[in-house]
Amino acid sequence: MGFLDIRNVTKSYGPVEVLHRIDIAVEEGEFLVLVGPSGCGKSTLLNMIAGLEGISGGEIAIKGRVVNGVHPSKRNIAMVFQSYALYPNMTVGQNMTFGLEMHGVPKPERDRALADVAKLLQIDHLLDRKPGQLSGGQRQRVAMGRALVRNPDVFLFDEPLSNLDAKLRVDMRTEIKKLHQKLKTTIVYVTHDQIEALTLSTRIAVMNKGHVQQLGTPKEIYDTPANLFVATFMGSPAMNIVPATVVMENGHPHAALTDADGGVHRLRFSQANLAAWEGKNILLGIRPEAITDPEGADRKSQNIQPFTNRVTVTEPAGSDTFVTMTLSGKDAIARMRADASVEPGQKFDFAINMEKAVAFDPATEERITP
Amino acid sequence: MAAVTQDTAVSTGRITRAFIYLVLILFALFYLLPLYVMGVNSLKPLAEITGGNMMALPSTWTLDPWRSAWSTAQIGVEPTGLKPYFLNSILMVVPAVAISTIVGALNGYVLTKWRFRGDTWVFGLMLFSCFIPFQIVLIPMAVVLGKLGLAGSVSGLILVHVVYGIGFTTLYFRNYYASFPTELVRAAMIDGAGFFRIFWRILLPVSGPIAVVSVIWQFTNIWNDFLFGVSFGGTSQPMTVALNNLVQSSTGVKEYNVHFAGAILAALPTLFVYIVAGRYFVRGLMAGSVKG
Ligand SMILES: Nc1ncnc2c1ncn2[C@@H]1O[C@H](COP(=O)(O)OP(=O)(O)OP(=O)(O)O)[C@@H](O)[C@H]1O
Ligand SMILES: [Mg+2]
Repeated sequence: MGFLDIRNVTKSYGPVEVLHRIDIAVEEGEFLVLVGPSGCGKSTLLNMIAGLEGISGGEIAIKGRVVNGVHPSKRNIAMVFQSYALYPNMTVGQNMTFGLEMHGVPKPERDRALADVAKLLQIDHLLDRKPGQLSGGQRQRVAMGRALVRNPDVFLFDEPLSNLDAKLRVDMRTEIKKLHQKLKTTIVYVTHDQIEALTLSTRIAVMNKGHVQQLGTPKEIYDTPANLFVATFMGSPAMNIVPATVVMENGHPHAALTDADGGVHRLRFSQANLAAWEGKNILLGIRPEAITDPEGADRKSQNIQPFTNRVTVTEPAGSDTFVTMTLSGKDAIARMRADASVEPGQKFDFAINMEKAVAFDPATEERITP
Repeated sequence: MAAVTQDTAVSTGRITRAFIYLVLILFALFYLLPLYVMGVNSLKPLAEITGGNMMALPSTWTLDPWRSAWSTAQIGVEPTGLKPYFLNSILMVVPAVAISTIVGALNGYVLTKWRFRGDTWVFGLMLFSCFIPFQIVLIPMAVVLGKLGLAGSVSGLILVHVVYGIGFTTLYFRNYYASFPTELVRAAMIDGAGFFRIFWRILLPVSGPIAVVSVIWQFTNIWNDFLFGVSFGGTSQPMTVALNNLVQSSTGVKEYNVHFAGAILAALPTLFVYIVAGRYFVRGLMAGSVKG
């Protein structure tokens, strides 16, 4: 049993079920990120935890207490909204203490909590301003401050950074991470930005069409995606997915691929269990950073396979150079060091780190597990 | 070359502007003319009106017509002046405006932030009430007032105007609150505020512009209403009915100067409301459509 338990929860609007049997147990102090494309039901799930949406089936428990019928204000949660939802007619200070006031906390205690949090977030000088007189980043801080003063069991964030410009978003991301490491609070955080998900979370739930596709640590999600959806949704640029055939050579399963000129290459798998797929087609998944020039290859890897192919496009991107090639008729991207000398049209010797390669069943789109 | 074009631009600008102002002034004079006529004629003795030019300024200035209209003129059979009726109107209009605005605000709040099954139907029906002409409801209303024992009283008139006004005020507030972010209401719910607290602390403080629209609309309509007043006013008739009785009285000479003074008296409160709140009126009407 976790700190926050989501057990078999479903949500229907009329006859349409938008969330299907969601099962997640969140431990105390965990930073769970719900990530997925627009309309997958992230906000709906978060609102159900908050008590702003009814629960059609299953139950949600916080600290062992089932809260299905409990009013939002009685769940001891705090929420940060995408639009910040600051009360326009109140000052920053009043905004932050409104919840305490409603819960009947006496004034001196409210002021103390306010002073503490304002100092923590460095907004002490803004307390007498109205939200309309704040910048986007300051509003964001106030919205978090309003959640913090309540000292709730669970923090809920609904895309709190999506209204900020790119630079500020990165700064606030770091800030939220620091805050979590310092306060060790339990957080459920909704985003559709997979980078935010990977950097902030201790665990990620990748959602699609009302299903949790995979629940795991950022590393698990990134290295061993449960299916094609997770593989392509998480990571930027996305994981390369190319058709391949499993063949046996020297008793080891290999992936047979064709290069741009029609030449066939055999790359040894690290997973021995793929022998069972001999002669069958699979989808091979390789992250861009697992395809490099031989010097840039991961030295710790036990299974670097050479591979010669023609380069179609090169895209220098500052710290890296992205190189596009054709693999088994599909475009595949390699991530090279910035100073790698690659020219379009050139035949280039790549090195593929097959330790990081994953295979998917083309029929079910699930990963073939060892 | 550039200087030349700029020059012509300025001079054409000046001519057009002068023309526009001229037209505007003419229109303003045209619309102010009746007020002028009423004003000057209410300040001269009757002899000057009957014997001379309506447009001329008074040769002897007097406030007697105003005094007479206010406190001694013959209204129907009683020589009471308009004073008691003015009070009736105030006693009717203040609660009626206040109640219909508050109920409209609450309706708008519920219809946008506490949606329930069939709420669009409820709103549709309330909207429908805006299109029902006064005349149609006279008889049913009379029956209801009779049953409630409110016939011929100020309370009865208040009820009639509140019922009739709620459709409009609900429309105003619903459209205004529709653009009010629902996330704020949700945030307040999590903060622990209840139904009325959210309304009072979160929505009402930002409802100024639309409240002004509602108050002006309701005030002018209720103050200027004649039909309900004459039908249900009984012994506590409002200003409009009294003014009619003053002007229409068939006995004695027609005291035009007193009539003019009475008419201005009847128009003063609405004029006052417009001057005090008018500049918020347009802003409020626009508020629902343009955000930020
Ligand atoms: N009141 C409602 N009635 C019917 N369907 C709804 C309602 N609210 C949400 N939905 C549906 O539920 C699904 C999930 O919506 P939700 O807002 O949770 O998506 P989301 O994952 O938060 O997307 P986004 O990233 O765009 O915010 C959507 O398909 C949406 O159309
Ligand atoms: Mg959402």
